[in-house]
Amino acid sequence: MIKLVNVSKSFGSQSVLSNLCLEVPRGQITAVIGPSGEGKSVLLKHMIGLETPDSGQVLVDGVDITRLGRSDLNQVREKFGMLFQNAALFDSLTVFENVAFPLEEKTPLSREQIRTRVHEALRHVGLGGIDHKYPDELSGGMKKRVGLARALLLGPQIILFDEPTTGLDPIICRAIHQLIVDTHRTFGFTAVIVSHEIPEIFDISQRVAMLFRGEIIEEGATEEIRNSRNPVVRQFIDGSLDGPIQFLK
Amino acid sequence: MLQVLEKLGGVGLKTLRDMGRMLVFLLYALYMIVRRPGRPIHVLKQIHFIGAKSLFVIFLTAAFTGMVLGLQGYYTLAKFGSEGMLGSAVALSLIRELGPVLTALMVTGRAGSAITAEIGIMKITEQIDALKTMALEPFKYLVSPKIIAAVIAVPLLCAVFDVVGIFGGYLVGVKLLGVNPGAYFYEMEKSVVGKDVFSGFVKSVSFGVIISWVCCYKGYYAGHGAEGVSRATTAAVVMSSVLVLVWDYFLTSVLL
Repeated sequence: MIKLVNVSKSFGSQSVLSNLCLEVPRGQITAVIGPSGEGKSVLLKHMIGLETPDSGQVLVDGVDITRLGRSDLNQVREKFGMLFQNAALFDSLTVFENVAFPLEEKTPLSREQIRTRVHEALRHVGLGGIDHKYPDELSGGMKKRVGLARALLLGPQIILFDEPTTGLDPIICRAIHQLIVDTHRTFGFTAVIVSHEIPEIFDISQRVAMLFRGEIIEEGATEEIRNSRNPVVRQFIDGSLDGPIQFLK
Repeated sequence: MLQVLEKLGGVGLKTLRDMGRMLVFLLYALYMIVRRPGRPIHVLKQIHFIGAKSLFVIFLTAAFTGMVLGLQGYYTLAKFGSEGMLGSAVALSLIRELGPVLTALMVTGRAGSAITAEIGIMKITEQIDALKTMALEPFKYLVSPKIIAAVIAVPLLCAVFDVVGIFGGYLVGVKLLGVNPGAYFYEMEKSVVGKDVFSGFVKSVSFGVIISWVCCYKGYYAGHGAEGVSRATTAAVVMSSVLVLVWDYFLTSVLL
């Protein structure tokens, strides 16, 4: 479904991705794990064309999106939904207007139909009665759930989650993970989740890829990665200070 | 020596690149206005923001500008015994020059800075990226409506400025300094011709484009964090104001 082939990306003199290869299979939840600041979000943004690689290909259903113009790229983006790290809700719009926005702009639905769909989507993510609240009146967990409702609304084939549980308490964190699993079961989308929530991420994903120093150093089924002998993967999963990942230099 | 030349060259290239990027930004915004103009409600909201909400500051500026022109004009004209020409002097100064320029500077300070800050914040909080991921074109929502609105609102504000300014001049010249009210309006009517009004109109339309273009551009390419937005806002106000004055000189020399 999504395939990254030899993708390299630098910002100034800092190399973030280096000849990175990754395949995301259709209909599964793939988690990309790795230490903070290793370029996981940048990797995710390449998949939807928000970043352009310096070299390499990003194939979505066999189409190299790095070569597409704005209009063709938008056609490919129709397949996507994305939940940003900070939800990226439009702060001048209410919750209802935020969730309704893509429907109003992209469908010929009547006001009443939009209202029904929005309330249905908000119910799916366990939110009700907050139609008139603004994003800055919501907690972090509520923002993420509104973001998820907005991302789900147009029935995307692929949803990208950029650290969906960062900064949330363990209970909300578990609730968001459960929500991702439930909605995935209901809608059957392909999901890519960028996260460093170990070990919780292993419980919700079917495949895991570890990003380190700009490359995917190991990928495979969740159990394979959980039992990996690769010292980098092992250290990251165990949360150990000793090993090849050096934080304090 | 070589290093100095290298640095100068670097600055020159960066300036050229920035200018090119700004031009492409404007051309793409105009293309989007023609191809996908967006909903009228977005434009109306912007007209309300740029136009209606600037009315108070325009009223205030115009009234005092007209009053100062009345005072200064009266004392200058009195030296030549031509106080009766005051209406003409005030009206021509306002319609041809001060009205469009001061309106543009006021709109830049009040609405332009807010436009840059709004788009800049949307950029740093990934709201623009969110639009892109929904396969929606950010220019259609953030840039094109503002350019259309500015092109409509700035000439209207300028017209208000001119009228209020003329009455400000009347208040000082006629009511305070004793100029004949008939002479004030008669001379004005005699000397102000269609070309003067047209020149003011052309200026204010082009100032509307400059303000919205520069302020949207600076917001769209704002740097990181609050500091990035603050710098972008300052740069937008400074660049818009300078461009308005430079373009004003150019247009005046062409339209005279």
